[in-house]
Amino acid sequence: MKDHALTLTVNGAAHRITVPARRSLADALREDCGLTGTHLGCEHGVCGACTVLVDGAPIRACLMLAVQAEGAEIRTVEGLASGGTLNPLQQAFTDHHALQCGFCTPGFLMLATAMLEENPAMEEAEMVDRLSANLCRCTGYTNILRAVQAVAAARR
Amino acid sequence: MKAPAFEYHDPTTLAEAIALLCRLENARPLAGGQSLMPMLNMRFVQPDHVVDLNRIAELSGIRVLPDGALEIGAMTRQRDIERDARVAQACPLMVEALAQVGHRQTRNRGTIGGSLCHMDPAAELPLVCAAVDAVVRIAGPGGEREIPFAEFPLGYMTPAVGPDELLVGLHVPAAPKGQGHAFLEFARRHGDFAIVAVAVLLDPGPDGRVARASVALGGVGPAPLRLAEAEALLRGTAVEDDAIARALATTASLDPMEDALVPGWYRRHLAGVLLGRALGIARERMA
Amino acid sequence: MSVFGQSVMRLEDAPLLRGEGAFAADIDFPRQIHMRVVRAEMAHARLVSVDVTPALDLPGVIAAWSAADVAEVPPIPFRATKVRGLEPYCQPILAQGRVRYVGEPVAVIFAEDAAVAEDAADLVLVELEELPALLDAAAEPTDFDATRNTEPTIVRKSYGELDAAFRDAHVVVALDLAIGRHSGVPMETRGAIARYDAAQDVLELHGTAKKQHWNRDEIARLLGRAPSSVHLFEGHVGGGFGVRGELYPEDLLVCLAALRLRRPVKWIEDRREHLVATNHSREQRHRIRAAVDAEGRILAIDNVFFHDQGAYIRTHGARVADMSAGLLLGPYRVPAYRATGHFRLTNKTPAATYRSPGRFEGSFVRERLMDAIAARCGLDRVEVRRRNFVDVSEMPYARPLDALGTDVVLDSGDYALLLDKALARFGWDARVADVARRRAAGESVGLGLGVFVEKSGLGPSDGVRMTVDATGAVELVTGAASVGQGVETALAQIAAAALGVDYRRVRVVRGRTDRIEFGSGAHASRVTVMSGSATHQAGLALAALAKQTAAALLQTPEDALEIVDGVVRRVDTPEGASVTLGEVARALAPGTKLSRDRATPGLTVESWFHSDHMAYPYGVHLAQVALDRGTGQVKVEHYLVGYDVGRAVNPMLVEGQIAGGFAQGLGGALYEEFRYDERGQPLSTTFADYLMPTIAEMPPLDILVTEDAPSPLNPIGVKGAGEGGTNAVGAAIASAVDDALGGRGQVTQLPIMPRDVLRFLAEGAA
Repeated sequence: MKDHALTLTVNGAAHRITVPARRSLADALREDCGLTGTHLGCEHGVCGACTVLVDGAPIRACLMLAVQAEGAEIRTVEGLASGGTLNPLQQAFTDHHALQCGFCTPGFLMLATAMLEENPAMEEAEMVDRLSANLCRCTGYTNILRAVQAVAAARR
Repeated sequence: MKAPAFEYHDPTTLAEAIALLCRLENARPLAGGQSLMPMLNMRFVQPDHVVDLNRIAELSGIRVLPDGALEIGAMTRQRDIERDARVAQACPLMVEALAQVGHRQTRNRGTIGGSLCHMDPAAELPLVCAAVDAVVRIAGPGGEREIPFAEFPLGYMTPAVGPDELLVGLHVPAAPKGQGHAFLEFARRHGDFAIVAVAVLLDPGPDGRVARASVALGGVGPAPLRLAEAEALLRGTAVEDDAIARALATTASLDPMEDALVPGWYRRHLAGVLLGRALGIARERMA
Repeated sequence: MSVFGQSVMRLEDAPLLRGEGAFAADIDFPRQIHMRVVRAEMAHARLVSVDVTPALDLPGVIAAWSAADVAEVPPIPFRATKVRGLEPYCQPILAQGRVRYVGEPVAVIFAEDAAVAEDAADLVLVELEELPALLDAAAEPTDFDATRNTEPTIVRKSYGELDAAFRDAHVVVALDLAIGRHSGVPMETRGAIARYDAAQDVLELHGTAKKQHWNRDEIARLLGRAPSSVHLFEGHVGGGFGVRGELYPEDLLVCLAALRLRRPVKWIEDRREHLVATNHSREQRHRIRAAVDAEGRILAIDNVFFHDQGAYIRTHGARVADMSAGLLLGPYRVPAYRATGHFRLTNKTPAATYRSPGRFEGSFVRERLMDAIAARCGLDRVEVRRRNFVDVSEMPYARPLDALGTDVVLDSGDYALLLDKALARFGWDARVADVARRRAAGESVGLGLGVFVEKSGLGPSDGVRMTVDATGAVELVTGAASVGQGVETALAQIAAAALGVDYRRVRVVRGRTDRIEFGSGAHASRVTVMSGSATHQAGLALAALAKQTAAALLQTPEDALEIVDGVVRRVDTPEGASVTLGEVARALAPGTKLSRDRATPGLTVESWFHSDHMAYPYGVHLAQVALDRGTGQVKVEHYLVGYDVGRAVNPMLVEGQIAGGFAQGLGGALYEEFRYDERGQPLSTTFADYLMPTIAEMPPLDILVTEDAPSPLNPIGVKGAGEGGTNAVGAAIASAVDDALGGRGQVTQLPIMPRDVLRFLAEGAA
């Protein structure tokens, strides 16, 4: 089986990598680009921990091959903060105690980033529907919703 | 849970893809990957070759025909269909169903053709196609053929697409004026595959009564099931409560799938409950 | 204002929000190889042969072992049981002779790449001869091996005149109740990365959690090494909930491989493995009877239960069954009691503790019983509880029972007061009226309640070392661990309050055996109580040392000094002469005059806290549900958790624990279950089949944290907060669903499935 040389553009930086065809985008980000903020919670597309943005849209990075992501703009949790400063969504997560163990947090941050970019005026019911795509086992979710709502309110 | 090793091919034309499928042994086309990728990661399927359809531009897109019908390319993303105003116009049932297909992340990648070819018995899109009498287009080395969706399922998770063929698109007739529609499903947890799903269309005639009814069930049989008897009972009625009751009575004879997690009687019961609710909604929407 | 008791921001968050966490899978070492486990595919079978040679032929494969290759490693022992005679039922690190559950490790592969290791695992030939699978713990025991059956022990506890009480009872209420098999299922699967440092002759294990010191000692013993030559490290832990951090076969296998192969060995569990390999929990069936007098007062309870331990006994021994027997009675006065716990093995994944172990089960059983007593005696469900509460005047209340090896002495609590507060906050009376109106209009709605006593702060001892460095930064080294619940922030707050510094100046080092010789880890809601108390003592001792030293530096009496924000100054002239803690630390550096007066130099102390008894927080859960009469779906419309934690170090974190614990309880009440087919094949092996709640399943949740009953057992009055959100969710939701069904006592099993609700509705209509 031949390996594939390709370039992944992640958070604006080009990563030249060589991977076997079977390597998922999530594994390539973690193992080949050294960006371990994207987590794998199930590897079968249910938990959402590996959510990243591909050309602005949230997708499950365990359900996409790295070779398919060439040419796309990929955004991961590592791209959210600017330097030492957390972005408003990250800050809201800490302010509202929206994380405990933090394992699902990168996935929720990327999911919510897409939601807020698309429509900060989203109704609560739609927010709940969108956020139901990802699993969290620590927080009981309430504070995650509060954090996203706080940022949405500030953007409106 | 890493996928087995395979050779990767990413053709840019349909002809190239068909040629690859003809030439390669144990090849598997990859559409949006929202079903195939989990199956690969779990090693339920172990292809030697994966033919990626994502770079074939001619397979995606939505076109409106002069009669208002839709031509939807097989590789059109579910999310693109969901937010297309033309689809909302021509097939509101599909938009309503799409909101219940997985989650936003999966719809951003998942395609309509992928869902139809995976053909999970409880999946929403095959059910919609069954309800609207869609026609599917299949391409192979000998060219293209068209078959009514009713002939598309050959059995449990088995579409009528040969190993060297590809589903390339589907034709969705335009909803007639005044059509009432409803799509309902029941899952124990939000966003999951349904245990039972129901699609209903009620087309009014000039007299305001039902000229044509379409009633389809998912999760009951190996593939979407049209309830011809219920449809016949609804025709010519104004969908009065007793007409609905008569239509519902036909679900009593259903013999649903049974598995270790869901007993058949429960699927049958849900089919009746959801159908009753869907008919109520569709009746309200019929104008 | 003291930072103790304040909802300050967590210290843990920044790296987790930036994607800079160090979870197990994020840890890599140069030259590392990857391990993959080959697992049994039958629930019960004779293991005829294992042939790893086809795997060894695959390029990239370094080694492959089956049981014969690891025969010198003893099975995994117990750390938490007083029951004797359980050793023959321990799990070997690779199956020997028989396989006893689907998922049991049979062989291991080591390869250059994780995917290649998985390819190779598929090539291992395992020959099995199927045996009948035992799947019901309440059925007759069968043979475990040639000389033993599947009932290793019966847990018995009793006191009082039980037979007489039943003979003289006004009524006897008997129920048959079952709790489904579910578990912690953290979002991060397990992982273990072992490295042998030949230069230092030290074996390191990374990716650990919960019980580093005990695990270190046992790994050393099982591999024939000195404990001081084995070190365990904790990075970020993606949720624990009881299951993570116990010693599992994979932990020993990576260590053994690192020693033998002389390369770092990484193993990351995948999700399908997790659901069949990591501890299950909860499955229990109770046949319970209560003798009751004419006023609805309990005279005696007879608790016969069957605990489904799964295929082997793991590190906890019979702990969950022990707690199910010893802690069942909760907040009620029960003059006579007998528990008979049949601790049974089946052909399922081994079970152990999961958040509120034995109490989620026990509260469901006890509170179903209270509802049944109310119904039989024609009493209101709230009233029957009030009549049976242990009164505040009886505290501390000693029960002639033990649990976890300690006598059950309820340390403090006013159960009736919390019930009153919770009912008022929930608007119980108004909801009763509202529910009646909606029922009259044809809806199936109901209210339910569960009252419970939790336990926390399991001893016996915990120590910390607290040190101020030359810059004034504080390091707190603890033998406790973190599973993501906010341990660092809580301990930093306690330390900061006692010492007089900003809590952000306190760095908490936990979960590392190389930094502190002893530790008890993080489990049983013990950290805030035990490590917190040790931290408080250490902070006070360090403050005293700092003042004593500063007194010499400032030529001022010690008792005229205070420490505020890291500065030692005079109480009467705060703006006058002062020294910083950093300066004090420098004055105590080795070689200084002041340091020579002390046994050890440095501004540092070690402090130990000891406790023989547990602290017992208590709570009330209230639920309102509506049933979909067509589909049987249960919708929880409103929920309240009232919980008295003695004192809350950080109310925000306490509420976070309760909300998260509630979501897990909700899973166990309505959604989550490990199911098996008749041959013992697991049916819940993906996240599409094992249904954990999403945000869409969460009802509006109200949390009432009270501090009415500080614990007299520790200097800061705290009780553990980790498990009260989970404890009575099954109880309260079952009570509410049953109420919605007309209060007939039909709900006897968790999780409550929609199809069961339909059946109950049909029975009710008939």
